[in-house]
Amino acid sequence: MAITLTEAVEAAIRAHGRETFPHECCGAMLGKDGVVSEAFKLPNTTEEGPRRRFLVRPDDYRVAEKRARESGLDLLGFYHSHPDHPARPSQYDLDHAWPFFSYVIVSVMAGEDKLLTSWRLKDDRSAFDEESVEAASSK
Amino acid sequence: MATKILIPTPLRPFTDKLDAVDIDGATIGELLQNLTTQYGGLTQHLYSADGKLRSFVNIYVNDDDIRYLQKEQTPLKAGDTVSIIPSVAGGAQ
Repeated sequence: MAITLTEAVEAAIRAHGRETFPHECCGAMLGKDGVVSEAFKLPNTTEEGPRRRFLVRPDDYRVAEKRARESGLDLLGFYHSHPDHPARPSQYDLDHAWPFFSYVIVSVMAGEDKLLTSWRLKDDRSAFDEESVEAASSK
Repeated sequence: MATKILIPTPLRPFTDKLDAVDIDGATIGELLQNLTTQYGGLTQHLYSADGKLRSFVNIYVNDDDIRYLQKEQTPLKAGDTVSIIPSVAGGAQ
């Protein structure tokens, strides 16, 4: 399994993680056929502490789906950052995951972006499978 | 009476890739029961092990969240559209 990010998308995700540090950032990933061509920032509306949680509320999810539809793209998944924490999904990530989506996590340590990983929910919801993150040139 | 249910992207692999399906049901509870009977792959993603709708699964009748109506007892009438709208949540801990 693999997801491909254009250089611009990876740079945008990393920048978003740095700019929101020490809070988690979040956003949607739009593209086609496993290639993410747009990172669409979304507000983190969690009420459980944005240093360790993120929430995309239903209204913002609808905005992401609409943007995908109007752009002729698919909603491929979501990204978020882990401030001062590894880029590995937590139990909370697992409990709240949707099937099919790619979940990109970027670790931001002391304000610097580090490892970026991607994950997909297993068919039985028991865990995530890590998928490789490939790079594509920007068009 | 059949009601249209709008299916979000992550659940379309379980509804034969359809983004909308017509399902019978007099209430939301009946509707979702019939939906998961017809498309069994949806069940574990809509409901937790205790049979309750997962907290990040939001069900709307037209523009209203069922939490502010009568929850799963919300009655349906002709012309209503039901939407399944995800919340997306997670975090480091």
